[in-house]
Amino acid sequence: MSPTVSPGELDERAGVDPVARGLWHPLVAVHDLRRGQQGSAVLLGVRLDYTMAGDGSVSVCRSDDHDDRRPVQIAYEIVWTCLDEPATPLFETPEALETDRRIVHAGTIGVHVSAPRAVENFLDMAHFPYVHTDILGAEPFTEVEEYSVHVDPDTNEVWATDCVFWQPVAATTSTEGQMTDYRYRVPHPYCVVLYKTTPVDPDRFDVIALFCRPIAPDRIEAHMFLALLDADNSDADIRRFQLTIFGQDKPILENQFPKELPLDPRVETPIRADKVAIAYRRWLSDLGITHGVIPAA
Amino acid sequence: MTIELYDYVLSANCYKVRLLLSLLEVDHELRTVDFHPAREHRSEAFRRINPMGHIPVLVDDDVVLRDAHAILVYLAAAHDPTGRWYPTTDARVLGEMGQWVSFAEALMSSASAARLHVNLGYDLDVEAARRDAHALFRVLDDHLWFQEKAGRTWLCSPEHPTIADIAVFPDVVLSEEGGVSRLEYPAIRRWCDRVKAVPGFDVMPGVFGLGMS
Ligand SMILES: N[C@@H](CCC(=O)N[C@@H](CS)C(=O)NCC(=O)O)C(=O)O
Ligand SMILES: [Fe+2]
Repeated sequence: MSPTVSPGELDERAGVDPVARGLWHPLVAVHDLRRGQQGSAVLLGVRLDYTMAGDGSVSVCRSDDHDDRRPVQIAYEIVWTCLDEPATPLFETPEALETDRRIVHAGTIGVHVSAPRAVENFLDMAHFPYVHTDILGAEPFTEVEEYSVHVDPDTNEVWATDCVFWQPVAATTSTEGQMTDYRYRVPHPYCVVLYKTTPVDPDRFDVIALFCRPIAPDRIEAHMFLALLDADNSDADIRRFQLTIFGQDKPILENQFPKELPLDPRVETPIRADKVAIAYRRWLSDLGITHGVIPAA
Repeated sequence: MTIELYDYVLSANCYKVRLLLSLLEVDHELRTVDFHPAREHRSEAFRRINPMGHIPVLVDDDVVLRDAHAILVYLAAAHDPTGRWYPTTDARVLGEMGQWVSFAEALMSSASAARLHVNLGYDLDVEAARRDAHALFRVLDDHLWFQEKAGRTWLCSPEHPTIADIAVFPDVVLSEEGGVSRLEYPAIRRWCDRVKAVPGFDVMPGVFGLGMS
């Protein structure tokens, strides 16, 4: 993968958010690395170089200072790194380690929007019938039913639970429409994980995650990660399904104004379906995140 | 034998073919090529189908064709009983269609290149690509404006759309993804809406039907 930002678009000021600098961020998908090859990517306005050595190990350093090596870990089929010393470990998702699941990195796509806007769109069920028509929703089933929201006191993650939505084609494994149960989890300011009913097993959930690399306050690279119960479809077909959904969201995301997420509760009037969005915005405020948001006054 | 299309859902060139198949109501099967990250189009197996390593590829019985524009010509000639999508009897119209198909090729190295840079990180001079796209859009907008003044709706002279419209439409309608705004091109925007209103029109991710844009 080559840079999604031209040199003129680099903005070091983007990197001044100390909270964001202390987080692990997705840098590049493992499948985009080649042994012995170097690549480069921008994180929070700072250009980083990455290399996969002949033995498969990955190293990351600042492009303007190759002695400044950044910490690296591989998780969710992605190389993660941090601009400072990591303040917290990367969140865990036990389902991603279950051996009977299909683990698929479905794609990496640049989007001209802030990471929090992308996360918030991912949390929103109300747009399904209009944007993902006849796949994740269909008229006249447009109503978002009451659901619950809480911040887990142990992990400090935002959760939306007891969400239900009628879906014509919930997954590649679907053969008919279904009422889908959803649970949403925000374990990281720029990452979101959802758990949804799978057509193949009533007791377990498919896991779909969106991990954003914040490039600039209004620009991200989105990684889609899947841990699915699907023994039948090819990787290509699973990716096709996910890229179709994401490709439908992209113009909606890119037309958001302002591109950064306003955290002042008075700026965008919430409706009931936005309950989790309100919790997410308040949580970002409490964390003190400033990159990709318009902080409350 | 059903027609097969080797296809990638986010490819504008593949969308050209899917769109015409839909407009012509031709039964077909999509063979999804794992373009990214597997680079299946560069695999040895796929190169036996298309040595150029590109999608789309159409297979119709013993006809195996690469290149979106060649496929449009073929599909219209072989599967359009009305003969309207690729009229071959009028020299002027044939010339016009060839001209706009060449224009569509130029969009691939400008508007489409900018989109690939933003979406997939292709390494190229995106500012130059955007400048070139705007220069082409200016030409297209002027042309469509004069067409409207002359009482014409489509890129070429006939009173109905042709494969020229199908060849040009995808990279134009997806241009915002590459950071090429269409705000300054009202005649282009009206033409896009007219294409979307053609019976049998099909969307792709990033392209919405009428009433949702
Ligand atoms: N002239 C061909 C070009 C098609 C083309 O460039 N397809 C792209 C996808 S949109 C492709 O297969 N690229 C492969 C590559 O560049 O590796 C056509 O119009 O079909
Ligand atoms: Fe969506």
